[in-house]
Amino acid sequence: MLTHDNRLIMTDSLKKRTSSRNILEIVLTGIAGASLVATLIPLFAVISYVIIKGGKHFNLDLFTKLPPVAGQTTGGVASAILGTILVVSIAGAIAIPVGILAAIYLSEFSSAEQKTARTIRFATNVLSGVPSVIAGVFAYSVIVLAMGKFSTLAGGMALSVLMLPTIISTTDEALKIVPQDVRWASVGIGASNYQTVLQVVLPAALPAILTGVTLAIARAAGETAPLLFTVIFTNSWPQGPLSQTLPSLAYLVFEFARGFDPVLQEFAWAASLVLVLLVLVTSILARWMTRQKVYE
Amino acid sequence: MVNCLYSCRMVYNHAILWGFFLFTYAVNFVKIFLEKFSANFNLDNLHLMTNSIPPIKPQMVGRSRSANEKRFDIGFISFTRLLAWSIAFLLLFIFGTVAWRALPAMQEFGLGFLVNSAWNPVANNGKGDYGALPMIYGTLASSGIALLIAVPLGVSTAIFLSENFIPSKIRTVLTFMVELLAAIPSVVYGLWGLFVLIPFLRPISTFIYQQLKWIPIFGTSPIGPGLFPAGVILSIMILPIITAIARDSLANLPPELRQASMGLGGTRWETIVRVLVPAAFSGIVGGIMLGLGRAMGETIAATMLIGNSNRISVSIFAPSNTIASLMANQFPEASGLQVAALMYAGVVLFVLTLIVNVIAQWIVSQVQAKYQ
Repeated sequence: MLTHDNRLIMTDSLKKRTSSRNILEIVLTGIAGASLVATLIPLFAVISYVIIKGGKHFNLDLFTKLPPVAGQTTGGVASAILGTILVVSIAGAIAIPVGILAAIYLSEFSSAEQKTARTIRFATNVLSGVPSVIAGVFAYSVIVLAMGKFSTLAGGMALSVLMLPTIISTTDEALKIVPQDVRWASVGIGASNYQTVLQVVLPAALPAILTGVTLAIARAAGETAPLLFTVIFTNSWPQGPLSQTLPSLAYLVFEFARGFDPVLQEFAWAASLVLVLLVLVTSILARWMTRQKVYE
Repeated sequence: MVNCLYSCRMVYNHAILWGFFLFTYAVNFVKIFLEKFSANFNLDNLHLMTNSIPPIKPQMVGRSRSANEKRFDIGFISFTRLLAWSIAFLLLFIFGTVAWRALPAMQEFGLGFLVNSAWNPVANNGKGDYGALPMIYGTLASSGIALLIAVPLGVSTAIFLSENFIPSKIRTVLTFMVELLAAIPSVVYGLWGLFVLIPFLRPISTFIYQQLKWIPIFGTSPIGPGLFPAGVILSIMILPIITAIARDSLANLPPELRQASMGLGGTRWETIVRVLVPAAFSGIVGGIMLGLGRAMGETIAATMLIGNSNRISVSIFAPSNTIASLMANQFPEASGLQVAALMYAGVVLFVLTLIVNVIAQWIVSQVQAKYQ
């Protein structure tokens, strides 16, 4: 009788504890789920506002015409798109070859110098945390003061500093994923180091490297801060790499948003839509590309 | 340093070969691209194109390499080493250049710059009187607000995404969406913050002000831009970093930890709170530090929302300024000592973010070493 009672009490208390534990579990799970929702709300809010407010001017004119001058209500941001392409091309021309070759060293040739490789990887990570204003004043100090004037070239160089860490770390990762067997096979049939790297390993890692490069380009296209120190904003067409003035999408958003002209503010939203579409498309494409493996 | 000397010597030895190398490199590169992409360039079979190992030239078989070829090979390795080193030097070079340009202001104001709260270009007979204390305060305060919001949200989101509460396919999509937050350009956040977030926060801030104005940090009437909206926008911008790194460190924990805790009768959340989070703690802290570094260096969105007032106010609803937005605002019109003073502020920002980033990277690398 006693044992039976005991067992009864035990089951009872066990049940009670279990249910109070269960409630706590459910509450905590709910809080965690709610945090996820709260984290994603800004994403949807930003994207939907940009689409709603920028969609109004999202037509062919946006890509072919200059921004409206006083009195006009229609126009486009074509010059800024061209200017962004120009300055990002300069940045890419510096950062892509340097970044890929530096990553080749880290991944392929640093096995005997682990300490060096660690130092450089560390420096790359720290470089990725350097604020964009600092990249701007750096390019100002080195190029603008040397040339005696602002220039698109200086803007491109500032952006290349911000692109480098992304390109190096994604290329480094991409090369690491290529199986060692492939390199052995290449060396085994008599290829030298540079032949192995340039003709076997690099092509195998190309999709992932392209992904990193695309992401870096998209990020650089959205950067404004370095351009504040290196170029003078203009609405008109870009004048080439040595020109002081440069139209740029991100700079245009910054200028028009701070101005008080409601028409120009509408174009700030439209330019934002172009920028957001650029990063969304490249991010999704990058996501899709990294899933394509060359060697299983 | 030994490595550097070694690489410098190599560079010297093979300097002559470089012209030859660069040319061959370019030719090779173009050749590879033509081979790969001329036939059928299309994204669908990119993996097929890169699948084949390039054919070996017949004359390469059964012949030892010529001296030139060997030198060329060493030259290639040296060249990549030089570029890799240039990344490390770039960091020093950036710091050196900015500090060099800041030198006039450093000599003029010394360390007093850090505790002086004047920012007046016409004081001292037009020479100017500069101090960065309000901006240092604004930088730390706005980052602090950002962390207060982003850390709890980010860590619990990371827990949710690292556990199997929902099917893994949906989790992958949600994780990707959190990462997308980091991809949206800062100027778009600034625009959205200016026209959407500030009007949205105004009634909330006004309500808090009316109820709690006897507390100094809520002590001024919200006028729109200020420390609070800037902190909120910064928190949105650093959420993806904190979430991603916290999620990675939770997901990479050895499964034995979970099995042991569950085996002892721990529930899922007891396992999370008492075992998994403490085990991943340093990784989570590393992610938070990285987020802090990003928040302190963020320029455009903060500039558009913080109100750009060079005065210290205890209230979070008052306009303030950060070092980065001070530089962005004043640089285009600055001249003389003001440029040097802005560069000095830049050095302060650089040192602050550098310390935070180095600690963060160190923590994250320790964590990676621990479980590999």
